[in-house]
Amino acid sequence: MSGYGLYLLTRLGQFALVVFIGINIAFVVTHATPIDPVEQSIAASTQFGSINPEAIEMMRQSLKELYGLQGGLWDQYVTFWRRIAVGDFGPSLSAFPTPVSTLIARALPWTVALLVVSTLLTWVLGNLLGGLAGYYRRNRALRFAGILAMAFHPIPYYIVAFLLLIVFGYLWPVLPISGGYTMNMEQDWSWEFILSLLRHGILPVASLALVGLGGWFMGMRSLVSNVVTEDYVAYAELAGVERSRILRSYVMRNALVPQVTGLAISLGSIFNGAIITEQVFGYPGVGTLLISAVHAGDYSLVLGITTVSILAVSFAVLLIDLAYPLLDPRVKAR
Amino acid sequence: MRSFLALLKSNRQFASGVVLLALVAAFACLSFFSPYPPNDSFVVAPDVPPSAEYWFGTTSRGQELFWLLTFAIRNTLVFGIVVAVLSRLLALLVGLVAGYAGGWIDRLLMSINDTFIVIPLFPILVLFYFVLKDHMSWGLLALMMACLGWSYDARLIRSVALSLRHREFTETGIFSGMSTRQILVEEHLPYVLPIVFSTTMNNINWSIGLEVTLSVLGFTDINTPTIGVMIYWANQHTALVAGIWWWIFFPVLLVVMTFIGLFLLAVSMNEYIDPRSRLGRSER
Repeated sequence: MSGYGLYLLTRLGQFALVVFIGINIAFVVTHATPIDPVEQSIAASTQFGSINPEAIEMMRQSLKELYGLQGGLWDQYVTFWRRIAVGDFGPSLSAFPTPVSTLIARALPWTVALLVVSTLLTWVLGNLLGGLAGYYRRNRALRFAGILAMAFHPIPYYIVAFLLLIVFGYLWPVLPISGGYTMNMEQDWSWEFILSLLRHGILPVASLALVGLGGWFMGMRSLVSNVVTEDYVAYAELAGVERSRILRSYVMRNALVPQVTGLAISLGSIFNGAIITEQVFGYPGVGTLLISAVHAGDYSLVLGITTVSILAVSFAVLLIDLAYPLLDPRVKAR
Repeated sequence: MRSFLALLKSNRQFASGVVLLALVAAFACLSFFSPYPPNDSFVVAPDVPPSAEYWFGTTSRGQELFWLLTFAIRNTLVFGIVVAVLSRLLALLVGLVAGYAGGWIDRLLMSINDTFIVIPLFPILVLFYFVLKDHMSWGLLALMMACLGWSYDARLIRSVALSLRHREFTETGIFSGMSTRQILVEEHLPYVLPIVFSTTMNNINWSIGLEVTLSVLGFTDINTPTIGVMIYWANQHTALVAGIWWWIFFPVLLVVMTFIGLFLLAVSMNEYIDPRSRLGRSER
């Protein structure tokens, strides 16, 4: 088999494994605990006033069916997978009778857009600045940028988002701090609507970027400063190749390869950050949906979002993996 | 000890990291001298701004912020350390075995490992809380996070262990009849310990970050004071809108100090372990 075919096969295998283990963790978490979600829902809905026992029994049966908790453990496991395979997570309890999949499909584009924009921006900017900082080591401005990036990097997404919320919500209220667009605005693709989308996106994107930049910056800086000491770079310099060209095609190109792998590896935590940030800014994506589902006690919605998150993130990693050979042709030669 | 002092003098990152963490740790130790138990409320006048009497002010629940914060940071730190220690055991086990065994065992373990790196943990932790609700406790969360948070460091440990496998002393060990367990624990473990220490810092940062996030949302045991739980209660009492800024400001300040301190320590330790980056440093 050719090198690329083999590579493709192993990546697909890894994708299948991620999905398999991820879904199993979700199953174990929901089934290994002594707490019964059916009884919890019943307790919550019978808190006020008494309901006759037959009604409760009927409720128990339909909830069991709804949650896929009928039969033995193995039956439940099979049901669990079958539902994922057909994308049916049942109706949402908090927004009855809207199916869970509809709710998620409505929220997912927001999260995907937020993630794609902020990740691309952060990755490109961080690598660019980091590469420059590694190449021009004496530049004052770049060194200062490095310190700034390092200061924000270790702070978790929630705190950074929260700080931005305080600064731009209370101290200097110039940007919208909640929602994805101006409320009650008509959702057509008019200029005004797009402008409102952009304005609402600034703070979530900024908080994701502030945390993310440092990692790419520092990684790229140390990669570049290692590549710069290679003989071929010294040779190119002696041969009189333009410095900008050395930086672009000799140094950065080589140093970018591990950074692409790094992007695939950290996608899961970037996703975590995105849904946390969404919650802070009330952005209408999956994160906000997840938190409100927890508060509403909506079992099928929480489970559905967890499952879709696992599927979506592992699929995104697969996409990066498949694009990887474009940057590193050695994969094909193996 | 001498090298510690030398490092303190020569490496500014290391020095600032140590100072920051020492301040935070000292503050946490003050909790043992607190005049009030952590969960007592309405022991002082509520909503008093920071003053000579109440250094950090008081909360809307009539707690003195200074003493409450000492308990909160102590619990938060202990949480981070417990998760780090537990997950280190898993990471060491997987990393050392994969690196030493090689072959299909290595490939299998690393596939599982990469899976744990990729899976988005936050929704899973939220699901975990959702299932447990009131049964959620501090210890369970720590256990769960330790089970999920070992993978990245196992990969690092494995890469070091991989290079140890073909060293002469490993072969000497095998031929002199040491068991695999003995070789891993007595011969290989000391080599990976430096990297384990630096990843510990990052892991503490990671687990505290998630704990704060989950607590602020109310998805943990909200009766044990941690930094996240403090911010949660401040938000519940709409402290910012009410102008009680100190209730938010001091916990955030303290936790940010912890994060930056741990991070600086991890970075400078990495530099110490990897002499190549130290070389780059002296060039400047």
